[in-house]
Amino acid sequence: MSLTDAPKIITARAQYDDSHTLERFLATGGNDGLKKALTMTPEAVQAEVDAASLLGRGGAGFPAGRKWAMLRKADVSYLVVNGDESEPATFKDHLLVERDAHQLVEGVTIASYALQVNQAFIFLRGEFALGLERVQEAINDAYKTGALGTNIFGSGFSLDIVVHPGAGAYICGEETALLEALEGKRGYPRIKPPFFPAAIGLYGEPTVVNNVETMSNLPWIVLNGGAAFAALGAGRSTGTRLFALSGHVRNPGVYELEMVKHTFRDLIFSPELGGGVPNGDVKAIIPGGVSAPWFYPEQLDIPLGQDEVAEQGSMLGSGSIVVMDTNTCMVRAAWRITKFFSRESCGQCTPCREGSGWLERVLWRLENGQGRMEDLDLLLDLCDNIAPGLGWPPQQTTICVLGPSIPSSIHSAISRFRDEFLAHITQGKCPHA
Amino acid sequence: MSYFTDGRQARAEQLIAIYPEQRSALIPLCHLVQEQDGYLSEEGMVAVAELCGVTPAEVRGTATFYDMLHTEPVGKYLVGVCTNIACLLAGGLELLEHAEGSLGVRVGATTEDGLFTLEETECLADCNIAPCVQVNHRYVRTTTPEQFDALVSELRDGGRASEIPSHGTLIRTRRDVDLAADPGLVAQERAARRAAVEGQS
Repeated sequence: MSLTDAPKIITARAQYDDSHTLERFLATGGNDGLKKALTMTPEAVQAEVDAASLLGRGGAGFPAGRKWAMLRKADVSYLVVNGDESEPATFKDHLLVERDAHQLVEGVTIASYALQVNQAFIFLRGEFALGLERVQEAINDAYKTGALGTNIFGSGFSLDIVVHPGAGAYICGEETALLEALEGKRGYPRIKPPFFPAAIGLYGEPTVVNNVETMSNLPWIVLNGGAAFAALGAGRSTGTRLFALSGHVRNPGVYELEMVKHTFRDLIFSPELGGGVPNGDVKAIIPGGVSAPWFYPEQLDIPLGQDEVAEQGSMLGSGSIVVMDTNTCMVRAAWRITKFFSRESCGQCTPCREGSGWLERVLWRLENGQGRMEDLDLLLDLCDNIAPGLGWPPQQTTICVLGPSIPSSIHSAISRFRDEFLAHITQGKCPHA
Repeated sequence: MSYFTDGRQARAEQLIAIYPEQRSALIPLCHLVQEQDGYLSEEGMVAVAELCGVTPAEVRGTATFYDMLHTEPVGKYLVGVCTNIACLLAGGLELLEHAEGSLGVRVGATTEDGLFTLEETECLADCNIAPCVQVNHRYVRTTTPEQFDALVSELRDGGRASEIPSHGTLIRTRRDVDLAADPGLVAQERAARRAAVEGQS
């Protein structure tokens, strides 16, 4: 089977240069999904999404239908769309908001109808200046064409969507931190329980938080049926998914692929996709965002599916894959990832706030040839303090999962490339420099 | 007299109106202050506080959490170079070092002419064109030292003004509907649904 056989569900329109315009949207089936949804009962729309078995595309992979089911009896609710995309090397939502914002707005409107929510928010990271403008344009267009506002397409259903800019904080991708930010506060994650958004969300009301990619799938699902979506992929991983490929590959980019049907090797080496590694070969890959434990060359034949990756001790997460070739300094890679967590820790919990800073400083001195033999045990001990046992998924000592995500790259690097750490110490410098 | 000028007062009032609770407008209003003043000025924070019904200290306390809100003046062009993992592998640290030399400032500092502030950023979600550089949060896609220098001299000469507005201007597209779709109707629908839910239980 060719890699490009599967239907393009969410990137079909993006092939056009003017994919962001209302004209192109309407000329390519725009609003057809919404119009069909409005002829159905909200319960029937929910049933299609349930039948699709759509897993959330943000990182945690929670079934969207089940997330919605938690809200069915609620009397006031909000839909909040998470477009804070800040997990390093994740850039799929960037494509969706810039290239097909109308599809996103249509998806949000369908979800709001299914949930019978009259107010939705699209939260985008502030660094998406163009994306923010494109989504606002799409919202304006939707009001103009009767696809949003009062009595949408004569259905009696009304919805208002507000696009909300973030202001630069990775932690706001965590859904309760996002809600704090949307309430005009510092992005501090809330403790769960009790603050599960479906129970106590925005302004204390029941709230569904879904990812941009999850929402963008809905027009197709409603139009073609949940069963058609579920027929793609395998097991729990249904439909297609956007994979963001970066690092040492010839053709980095976002690829929409049918779930499970392809492997990491296909994605990285196929001439139609990544095109291979230009210099040397694969040394390690990060399979699902920097919170994920690394994979190595012998694991490249693992299929791109949620459970398939989880069974091998990592996660597909946000669907972003970073390739590191044989010339990469793994101490440096682990240091930079840890520096990121240190900068982005919100500071509420001691293991994360203090641990990330210590880890970064120890890795920095190792990378610069000033490390000590005991530093390796020190690093692992610090990691163990943040996520006891260093298992996967990690044990949580903190309010949110940012802290327990920190050890992944350090533990991976030391376990597999201990000799590289030792070489930094014995040579008194980075052997790759 | 209102703090905001050039039609921004109307936009500030619109921001207050479109959220169910006014404090939600706090961060968008901080962006609006930055659009007017180039940074989040003391006076601007007082104005935001009044509009949101909170104290100026709460505005400052919130704003200082966020990388994009600058409580000290920055240059006309905020240049961000990413050095996170995908960009690191593509030479992001080296490009940042080049930028320091080329602009003559260290990371975090502003050039003497007030034109450029240099920042080292975390991932900007454009990892297929690495290392990633943004100017005023617009992707400029200058991945080599030569391209970077060409961009800097273009900006010095006043180029790319339509594509890259001065620092602070974020969303140039105006929301053209003022209020919630129809607050009365929304309230009616909510009441009807509540009654239906109560009827079921």
